[in-house]
Amino acid sequence: MNVSMVVNGEACEIEAAPNALLVDVLRQTLRLTGVHVGCDTSQCGACTVRMNGRAVKACTVLAAQADGSEVTTIEGLGAPGALHPLQAAFQETHGLQCGFCTPGMIMSALDLIESGERLDEAKVRAGLDGNFCRCTGYHNIVKAVLLAAGANA
Amino acid sequence: MNAIIGQPIRRREDIRFITGRGRYTDDIAVAGQTYAVFARSPYARAKIRGIDKASAKALAGVIEVFTGADLAAGGIGTLPCGWLVKSTDGSDMKVAPRPPLAIEQVNFVGEPYAVVIAATAAAAKAGAEALEADLEELPAQAALATAMEGVQIHDGIEKNLSFHWSIGDQAKTDAALKAASHITTLTFANNRLIPNAIEPRACVAVYDAAADEITLTTTSQNPHVERLILTAFLNLAPEHKLRVISPDVGGGFGSKIFVYPEETAVAWAARALNRPIKWTADRSEAFLSDAHGRDHLTTAELGMDANGTFLGLRVKTRANLGAYLSTFGSAVPTYLYATLLAGQYKTPAIYAEVDGVYTNTAPVDAYRGAGRPEATYVVERIVEAAAREMKIDPVEIRRRNVIREFPYETPVALVYDIGDYEQSLARALKLADVAGFPARRVAAEARGMKRGLGYACYIEACGLAPSKIAISLGGGVGLFESGEIRVNPTGSVTAFTGSHSHGQGHETTFAQVVASKLGIPMDQVEVVHGDTGRMEYGLGTYGSRSLAVGGSALVRSAEKIIAKGKLISAHMMETTPDEVEFDEGVFTARGTNKKMTFGEVAFAAYVPANYPEGLEPGLSEKSFYDPVNWTYPAGTHIAEVEIDPETGVVEVVAFTAVDDFGEIINPMIVEGQVHGGVAQGIGQALLEHGIYDDDGQLLTGSYMDYAMPRADDLPSFKVETTVTPCTHNPLGAKGCGEAGAIGAPAAVMNAVTDALGREDVAMPATPERVWRALQGV
Repeated sequence: MNVSMVVNGEACEIEAAPNALLVDVLRQTLRLTGVHVGCDTSQCGACTVRMNGRAVKACTVLAAQADGSEVTTIEGLGAPGALHPLQAAFQETHGLQCGFCTPGMIMSALDLIESGERLDEAKVRAGLDGNFCRCTGYHNIVKAVLLAAGANA
Repeated sequence: MNAIIGQPIRRREDIRFITGRGRYTDDIAVAGQTYAVFARSPYARAKIRGIDKASAKALAGVIEVFTGADLAAGGIGTLPCGWLVKSTDGSDMKVAPRPPLAIEQVNFVGEPYAVVIAATAAAAKAGAEALEADLEELPAQAALATAMEGVQIHDGIEKNLSFHWSIGDQAKTDAALKAASHITTLTFANNRLIPNAIEPRACVAVYDAAADEITLTTTSQNPHVERLILTAFLNLAPEHKLRVISPDVGGGFGSKIFVYPEETAVAWAARALNRPIKWTADRSEAFLSDAHGRDHLTTAELGMDANGTFLGLRVKTRANLGAYLSTFGSAVPTYLYATLLAGQYKTPAIYAEVDGVYTNTAPVDAYRGAGRPEATYVVERIVEAAAREMKIDPVEIRRRNVIREFPYETPVALVYDIGDYEQSLARALKLADVAGFPARRVAAEARGMKRGLGYACYIEACGLAPSKIAISLGGGVGLFESGEIRVNPTGSVTAFTGSHSHGQGHETTFAQVVASKLGIPMDQVEVVHGDTGRMEYGLGTYGSRSLAVGGSALVRSAEKIIAKGKLISAHMMETTPDEVEFDEGVFTARGTNKKMTFGEVAFAAYVPANYPEGLEPGLSEKSFYDPVNWTYPAGTHIAEVEIDPETGVVEVVAFTAVDDFGEIINPMIVEGQVHGGVAQGIGQALLEHGIYDDDGQLLTGSYMDYAMPRADDLPSFKVETTVTPCTHNPLGAKGCGEAGAIGAPAAVMNAVTDALGREDVAMPATPERVWRALQGV
């Protein structure tokens, strides 16, 4: 079937099987390999992208459901030399090590920051409980999100 | 330029990771690539009576099916264990042969017996599901506790016992315990863990028929070791006809050290079919087939005199090896475990026995800390329990027994070169505000909560290892590391290391080391790792060895570069080499105003017009650094927990770590390593548990069953360091990667048992277990 999306600001039309997952279309068809796959039960959050301004786990969304949507992946957030403040905050606070969970973590954290809620450590920790990180113990990720939230305030 | 060392310089590799430009194995797409999916045993133990390839090959898109017999016919051998352990009677450990794809019998759930290659991933999956295999289920032995009395798993291996190994002086220890005025005895399990790097294992194999060369890109912590084992032991290809590339790797924690069946079969099949093949594990496969960690049953006895002075420690451990010996599966519960049982203490007599036994479960091998968390758990739990029994403050009993003089030779074969254990303990007591704990406990009780405080004063052995000693103890490889520095004609340098970074930040830390030694800006240094086609033979990253061993190799190469630079510049400045000083990237002729920059010398080396007679052109040096001893990081971790007696939920309300890692190059990265290790240690203590039922089915085979630490399970950590420089490597560095996972489980469980007022609470201290302990049911 035909799926039309705006991905990272660019309109695209692709052919996808009715059972194709959004994550596979993004990774394989559009080669947006910053979107990662870390599990098969929608627990780890490595595949988190934004669809119509909300964070979704792309492994749990059919490509067909994304028809007509605006999708933002990590590649659309900011680039070297023009980092989004949240990306910059992850580097500044050492909020990543192996980098595998990082794109999903950043896309989830963006939701949290843009929710408009006043964030503190407990709220950030609760808000990120759908994203696993095995390297950082979350300590510096929490710092990164709070730093970026402050920068946005 | 020395201002670079010790600075929290932001990581250069982050830029690609935070913008989605990282290049992990599954991100690679090769023209014409096909896909592999493995058929895996649903049984813990079964006889393979037959495999009907046609059932899968009939499906659209399926290209070929290979079985273990095909690999064997192709000359592929069995997966070796790289460390020979001998039993106390002198006999070699008993090794169950492990073909990459099972041929006659499968011995754990998830063991692969065939691989289906297809044009698409979906077709390969459908093919593996359609593949008809006649498996006759056999009785299985999954439980560790009964493994020596149960069903014999492998022919010729009685009692499922691979080795009965010991270390230390048995008679002396028995006598010490006999003379003791008090003996504290503890029996406990060290729970099985599943490593769970967030990137699942994967590989892409491409065969170049013109060169007759296989290029295997895979998620490995040590590409050269991978290549050595695949060629020398598995006969995949001549060593020089296999290139192993380990690109960005999404976490390892030990689980990506080992050579696994999957990349063996895929690399072989890519050549057999002359087609590129990709395999990527899904998480369910990772749970079943990654090597697991820990899984010990231990009884320990600590004898002391009336003052609490330790006289002797006797330890008996049964270690689960899983169904087969994984790459370093025999070394972890022996040399990496029992040699650490002295801990920070002067216990004069120590004796440990370890039974390494097979079970019908996934192979068990190194996982962050690898033996040292298990040893620390034994020592620090029993010391804390002894203090409680003797009614001596747990800090005081440690001070009465702590090692103060170095070098210190332990009764279990190690020589600690340096340390200051009381300093890190004292600093941790302050940082954790232990003085204020009684008041916090009272306040918690007023809220109906139970509060506890626990210590772990750990030691670890890192920087493995002196090759000669390791090989004499059964190690199958040297444990040096390579480091090469190629100075380019323009004066920039490319540094090649045999270490591998899968999150540790080598591209930044190693650039700091090289830039500092050569006196050039960091942006003039490129660090390259993870490709047998680009760098010298190296041993890779595990055991917190990268900086102490790999970093030292780069220092040695930098020293050689400077020495040659002095020859070149002396000639050009019309002086002698010993009259040339090198500082901050400038060669100066002593007593003159003549000087040459590093860049000018580099250029001269490649445009050798005015050049010393007989000296080779070029400026490129390599070193293989072989350490003379292990390094001994040590420290004190203090956990404070609060338990809700209504629910049994344990909250870690504070965690303090003060570690001595020797000299530190980048404190930001070091703190990050501690955070991650502590999180995994708290995970072991409170959440994580790999559980098989009696039939050998993995009950914790997904993230819905295996409790990974999430952001809201953990506190922020208080982390500091103290420094006693390692005495025997040029950086004075000891290693920091595993400390958190080593210290945290004992600290947390000492806090939990302190809060509960009883010792018999097992890891993980889940709400159910804690609630039962409180209710006495």
